[in-house]
Amino acid sequence: MNSELLGVIVTFLLTVLLAYPLGGYIAKVYCGERTILDFMKPVERLIFRISGINPAEGMNWKQFLKAMLTINMLWFVYAFFMFLLQGHLPLNPDANPDMTPDLSFNSAISFITNTNWQNYSGETGVTYLTQLFVITFLQFVSAATGIACLVAMFNGLKHKTTENLGNFWQILTVTVTRILLPISIVIAVLLAFNGTPASYDGKDTYIGLQGDTVQVSRGPAAGMIAIKHLGTNGGGWYNANSAHPLENPNYFTNMMEVIAQVLIPMSLLFALGFYIKRRKFANVIFGIMTLGMLCLVIPTIITEIHGNPEITRMGISQATGAMEGKEVRFGPAASGYWSIVTTIISTGSVNSMHDSSMALSGLMQLLGMLVNGFYGGCGVGFLNYFIYIIIAVFISGLMVGRTPEFMGHKVEAREVKIAALVTLLSAFIIKGGLAIACYTLLHYSNADWAFKPSGWLNNAGFHGFSEMMYAVTSANANNGSAFAGLTGNNIFWNVLLGVAIILGRYLPIIGPIAIIGLMAKKKYVPDSAGTLKVDSITFGAMTFGVILIITALSYFPPLVLGPIAEYLSMHH
Amino acid sequence: MKKHLIPSLILTIVFVVICSGLYPLLIAGISKFAPGGGKGETLLVNGKVVGYANIGQKFTLDKYFWSRPSAVGYNAAGSGGSNKGPSDSAYLKQVQANIDTFMVHNPTITKLDIPADMVTASGSGLDPDISVQGALVQVNRIAKVRNLAPEQVLALVNAHVEKPLLGLFGPAKINVLKLNIALDELKK
Repeated sequence: MNSELLGVIVTFLLTVLLAYPLGGYIAKVYCGERTILDFMKPVERLIFRISGINPAEGMNWKQFLKAMLTINMLWFVYAFFMFLLQGHLPLNPDANPDMTPDLSFNSAISFITNTNWQNYSGETGVTYLTQLFVITFLQFVSAATGIACLVAMFNGLKHKTTENLGNFWQILTVTVTRILLPISIVIAVLLAFNGTPASYDGKDTYIGLQGDTVQVSRGPAAGMIAIKHLGTNGGGWYNANSAHPLENPNYFTNMMEVIAQVLIPMSLLFALGFYIKRRKFANVIFGIMTLGMLCLVIPTIITEIHGNPEITRMGISQATGAMEGKEVRFGPAASGYWSIVTTIISTGSVNSMHDSSMALSGLMQLLGMLVNGFYGGCGVGFLNYFIYIIIAVFISGLMVGRTPEFMGHKVEAREVKIAALVTLLSAFIIKGGLAIACYTLLHYSNADWAFKPSGWLNNAGFHGFSEMMYAVTSANANNGSAFAGLTGNNIFWNVLLGVAIILGRYLPIIGPIAIIGLMAKKKYVPDSAGTLKVDSITFGAMTFGVILIITALSYFPPLVLGPIAEYLSMHH
Repeated sequence: MKKHLIPSLILTIVFVVICSGLYPLLIAGISKFAPGGGKGETLLVNGKVVGYANIGQKFTLDKYFWSRPSAVGYNAAGSGGSNKGPSDSAYLKQVQANIDTFMVHNPTITKLDIPADMVTASGSGLDPDISVQGALVQVNRIAKVRNLAPEQVLALVNAHVEKPLLGLFGPAKINVLKLNIALDELKK
């Protein structure tokens, strides 16, 4: 078999092989059982003591969300001012400038929400101080926030009737000390030994073999690149993200980085099965999500391997596949695989430039972000999928004419309303944002701004529309990858995307936690012959159907105007 | 909210110290034992740094193997791709121009010998590698310019092919800078 395809298949199998035991470990961590990292206990106890936290104190869903939102607001203020003043602060060997207020706003929101949309270039737009003390920090804690919210849901599902969803501070802390930090250290060390810089030295200048004087940007990048993937963050140290040969030096690091980004979302599914003792429920969901991923990955890889038909017509060899925006050391198969993984997982790191992907691949990448629940981001992936489950439970209930139930709790009007609102919200943000952008581009194309709207797009025609659609979709999905030809660093996009990111982060977290909080309080109804079996394959297929229908109904029109139209125009 | 503000503040400070202070320092410390000491692995000619092993370099002279086209001119103070979509007409003209230039400098080959990677820009703009075919199509030109036997250049190319990971996973490739350094040494 072809070594490129084999590489992709083995990468996926290795991910599953690692995720299953890690899921068991994660379940133990949150159950408070003994694990090999118990030597961290004194550190955690010290953290709780100085923070005035009683880790045993339970929280109901409202308290839990209040704690989460308070610390997130604090992070926003901290990040905003650090970006705004970075040029005047230490650890800035390359003498990079302050960010403008609108860019600080966009970047601060982007990193507190696990999005990592970057309207700046890593080499020139941030300093080592902000890379480490804002971005790396937020990459840990924003991932931990998402995971903590999922664990709250685990707690709601585990007990027959409860108001206690756990202690937010305790879950947040052990997520960092027991899961994210230890695994990040391993990944970072492996990266450093494969050529990723980790020292604090600034740019180097040298004269190349042909006599050209050039520079190379460096910095303590390895640690950030580890958590950027493990925490499904995705923000690159360098502008080219993981296409950069220092950020992702070889095929081994490429496998490691793409495994790292799926690892926690996948293992959290298995952890769910262990934690609430419903392994079959978790396994069926894993199967459905994998099916969804394959539906997107397979067409993408085939398309990329076949190369650009427009270039084939020029008469050159396409044996190496479509290579615009791709790196030789990864090739089209591993690049295609990564582009789907990073869009379904909400990581948003890239090892090839998605703007240069084939039209069909662009469609698949967009679909990955529109569904946003095939594995999905750290914690939030399953929260998104849970909304689809509630809708599927509701529709199934209507079909058999019974009050719908989920794991022994009645699903009533209030819960279904919340789920429906969260679902509609995405469509509203994406299509609303896109409409505003198109309107501005058409009617104010020569507005006297720092960046004229007429210069926003890097590509003509249908692909230009796709660039804008990709941006709002990525913001709403908290993904962070881009069709990077779009000129995003101006007040219009900074504000529009910033607002889309906030709405796309917090409402889809608040919704599911509220649903679970409301449901878990209700009286437990034991299973009977008429109970909907949510761990059956039939119900899994039902959920998959719900996802298909919602996505198709919500997004078919803009997809036709963008990637589908481009595809048809190229394959005439 | 007020009740949560104090724990928020202290936890934030604690995690900044751990994740932003201690963690990168630890990795920087360990990386001192890595090749390049955590500063990037350099390549030397006569004791002078001529480049980084992982960073591509611009080669436009006929006596060197060319690298791929780059959107940033191989200056690693920045990085990035062209971000051109597959159907953009200005982009397709650029690719056609790249093919034409390549044909002019390598008159002995046919168009179908040119692999796509030699006429398209990489994602980083700093791609250190070309495909094996990308080097093979340049062999005749190099041999002629340097007055070497084509077999000798071919042997050098074959010696620089980096196999897939463990011989199994991913594409084979050739590091252009390493190949060109070896080519210069061949002449002596």
